[in-house]
Amino acid sequence: MADFEAKGQRMIALCMLGCVLFNFPILALFNVPGTLLGIPVLYAYIFIAWALLIALMAWVVEQRD
Amino acid sequence: MLQGWVVVCTSFAYLGLLFAIAYYADRRADLGRSIIANPYIYALSLAVYATAWTFYGSVGRAASDGVGFLPIYIGPTLMIALWWVVMRKVLRISKENRITSLADFIASRYGKSALLGGLVTVIAVIGIVPYISLQLKAVSNSFTIVLQYPAIVMPAKVGAVPIFEDTALWVALILALFTILFGTRHLYSAEHHEGMVAAIAFESLVKLLAFIAVGVFVTFGIYDGFGDVFSRAATDQELRPLLTPLEGVAGGYASWVWLTVLSMLAIMFLPRQFQVAVIENTDEKHLNKAIWLFPLYMLAINVFVLPIAFGGRLHFPGGIVDADTFVLTLPMAERQELLALLVFIGGLSAATGMVIVETIALSTMVCNDLVMPVLLRMQSLRLNERPDLTGLLLGIRRWAIALILLLGYLYFRLAGEAYALVSIGLISFAAVAQFAPAALGGIFWKGGTRRGAFWGLLAGFAVWFYTLLLPALARSQWLPIGFLEQGPFGIALLKPLQLFGLSGLDQITHAMLWSLIANLGAYVVVSLAGTQSAEEHRQANLFVDVFRRAPVGARFWRGTASAPDLHNLLVRFVGAAAADDAFAEYARARGLRWPQAQLPADAELVHYVERQLAGAIGSSSARIMVAATVKEEALTLDEAREILDEARQVVMYSHMVEQKSKELEAATTELRAANEQLKELDRMKDDFVSTVSHELRTPLTSIRAFAEILLANPDVDLPERKKFIGIIAKETERLTRLINQILDLAKLESGSAEWHVTRVDMREVVGDALSGMSQVFTERGIAVESRLAASVAPVSADVDRVIQVLLNLLSNAVKFCDPANGRIEVVLADLGGEVRVDVRDNGAGIDEKDQQIIFEKFRQAGDTLTNKPQGTGLGLPISRQIVEHLGGRLWVESRPGGGARFSFTLPALGQEAAPAQARVAAAT
Repeated sequence: MADFEAKGQRMIALCMLGCVLFNFPILALFNVPGTLLGIPVLYAYIFIAWALLIALMAWVVEQRD
Repeated sequence: MLQGWVVVCTSFAYLGLLFAIAYYADRRADLGRSIIANPYIYALSLAVYATAWTFYGSVGRAASDGVGFLPIYIGPTLMIALWWVVMRKVLRISKENRITSLADFIASRYGKSALLGGLVTVIAVIGIVPYISLQLKAVSNSFTIVLQYPAIVMPAKVGAVPIFEDTALWVALILALFTILFGTRHLYSAEHHEGMVAAIAFESLVKLLAFIAVGVFVTFGIYDGFGDVFSRAATDQELRPLLTPLEGVAGGYASWVWLTVLSMLAIMFLPRQFQVAVIENTDEKHLNKAIWLFPLYMLAINVFVLPIAFGGRLHFPGGIVDADTFVLTLPMAERQELLALLVFIGGLSAATGMVIVETIALSTMVCNDLVMPVLLRMQSLRLNERPDLTGLLLGIRRWAIALILLLGYLYFRLAGEAYALVSIGLISFAAVAQFAPAALGGIFWKGGTRRGAFWGLLAGFAVWFYTLLLPALARSQWLPIGFLEQGPFGIALLKPLQLFGLSGLDQITHAMLWSLIANLGAYVVVSLAGTQSAEEHRQANLFVDVFRRAPVGARFWRGTASAPDLHNLLVRFVGAAAADDAFAEYARARGLRWPQAQLPADAELVHYVERQLAGAIGSSSARIMVAATVKEEALTLDEAREILDEARQVVMYSHMVEQKSKELEAATTELRAANEQLKELDRMKDDFVSTVSHELRTPLTSIRAFAEILLANPDVDLPERKKFIGIIAKETERLTRLINQILDLAKLESGSAEWHVTRVDMREVVGDALSGMSQVFTERGIAVESRLAASVAPVSADVDRVIQVLLNLLSNAVKFCDPANGRIEVVLADLGGEVRVDVRDNGAGIDEKDQQIIFEKFRQAGDTLTNKPQGTGLGLPISRQIVEHLGGRLWVESRPGGGARFSFTLPALGQEAAPAQARVAAAT
């Protein structure tokens, strides 16, 4: 049960991380003109951060107890 | 190849394929070899979240708002991170209570309240109708557009059509028929529709593939990769602001945040999401993979949204083509007929998937939580007497499906044209978000009450209705537009889009803010102000503490029931075969064989039947049915007393435990004391051994020394030699005496000494001892005075031992009496009951501090280091052992310079018990 709780707390932490990443003011930092590899910075940031968050979620949730 | 008949045939072929998949999955489920019981199918079925709105509408929103469509998918990703905590709990609760729908879940939490279940159902149906109309609109629009090929004409331009030539109506009817065939062929146990889940998972794959195919075609076929699309967009005057879109839109960040929150709640409380995530879940463990696979799916289906949106805007400048249709119109404009057909099928997938699951979930709610509770309460229908109600249940559901789809069509005709796809969807999201306080509060807060949930839901729904649904109708000219612009009856404060003067927010944010304030406020305030009923309290504990305790039975249930009645009840709702299975399983778990053996109709069986029934008709209806079949009675006084008795017994046990622990503590203290004593005895034994060896070494050393002198010097002259040998003989004698005494003492202490107890006259004994010592007295010139009583009572003693004591006392007196003018006084007296002997000398006396020491082994008065010890130091301890063994006492009275008087007593005959007691005392 202790592992279950630890996993739950990590997932809650990831949710909070997501809330910070996809919110003002972090979002505003990337809401600027310019491109990254031809893609507008804001779009590139959102998709990269999103993919990273999913990867972290997969890593935490698939860990062996 | 985009002729009308090709499109229609392909569509029906696709629906047929879905049906085949569902049929196959159902067959496999019946055989017990489920194909949906794996995490990948579970994750794909969750993707029913992506509807025609995603498929067509995301591009539409992106074309006008840039990234504004993304919160709809990022919100669920954030919520799913919490699923490990929240969804696991919901899953466990739902499995233990056999929950059949979201309405059932909320009703069950608040004391199986039929009223609450009904309210949730009404809100869900009204809230979801716009969403269903969105699907109808998407399918009929895409169909209309495809039919115009190769021209690209918007449906609105085609012109109004009579109702029976309206594709949307036909789409609605076909989908209703399909869903009825699909979801209500027979009653599913606990609402597990395995075939439906398999088909939905397949549809999720189809729509993803179709969307990615068109995305790749637009990005890499029409344009030259992502960079090319975006750089062309950057040169376009109209599109450039969209590249950093959150600055341009008023309240951009606020709207972004609210959309995120809204979709976080939607992923939990949309009836179709609850259906696939909770009701259709076969194993809690599938959550692990779904937690990251489903967000990955949403990421994948959104990657190409922006390129398609910008590509479409660049391709069709001037807004002649609706952005909601870019996914379809771009391949058509490029003459990609096969791709256009694939897109059409993908959109059909997205729409049918949503419609099938949503209407099945809603029809279950309508049947279990709205219609059945009402029908069951109407006594005039005599439903209780009907032998088989499964047909009725299926009938209600089929009608509910048809009705919901027709309502969707009606909304489409009334209001659909005035809004883009996304806006219609968000109205529904806002409606289901109203379930959040009651449902989430219900699983984490025990204090939430039925009334609180009811008023919270009602308040939130009313605000939603006023600020979102009525304006939608007003814009479609079904209400006077002045209602929006001047407020009802001209009251500006009540303007639906600027309620109480709150302006500057977009419509959804504004509505969410007010409705959640009303909802949460009413829920919390009413809950805190009221109290819970017993049933509510029980359910609250069951829900909130689901991980903490095993499911409890109806412990305090009291009633009369019969097993055949309960069986009949089950047969009527789930059919004979399923009821027989359920009873056989119940009996097997209790080691009985049913129907050979009768089952006791106790509280447990009633509870079991209610749970089975809840799986078919929902918990509130099940409660009503069971209550009607079973004559439930309130607790009688006797039973209350019995319960009290049990409580009292528990208190008694706890008292007993307390007492035992006190006793244990006392025993521990005793044991500790005994242990201390043992340690002390052990130390004394060690001292004794070391003293004994020391005492033995003294004579041995002198014997050895003189023997060695004699050995080394053979020419020692005779007188000298005689003197040495004399010393050796004397020391040997001393050694022998010492060893004898040690043995004697050891025997006395261990209790193994032999005693020859006889009737003894002390006068004779004292006389014998004195005469034995007379030679010594004469030699030393000591005057002896004996004052013996004329007659004393006889005592029971060992004569030799008593003489040994007397001789010891007398020789001590001889040793320590005044060397020049020695005097010894011996007194024998009968004290009545005991006989006392005193031996008094006129020596130096004994210090107060030495008076106890002299009775210890090897201890003598005075400094043994400077004075040569006289005697062995064992005489007095031995004497005391003897006297005490015989039941008497030995002590000394003395003061320095005044001589010493040693006295002992022996009990007179007639007190036989005394020696035995004394022996016990000596042994310890």
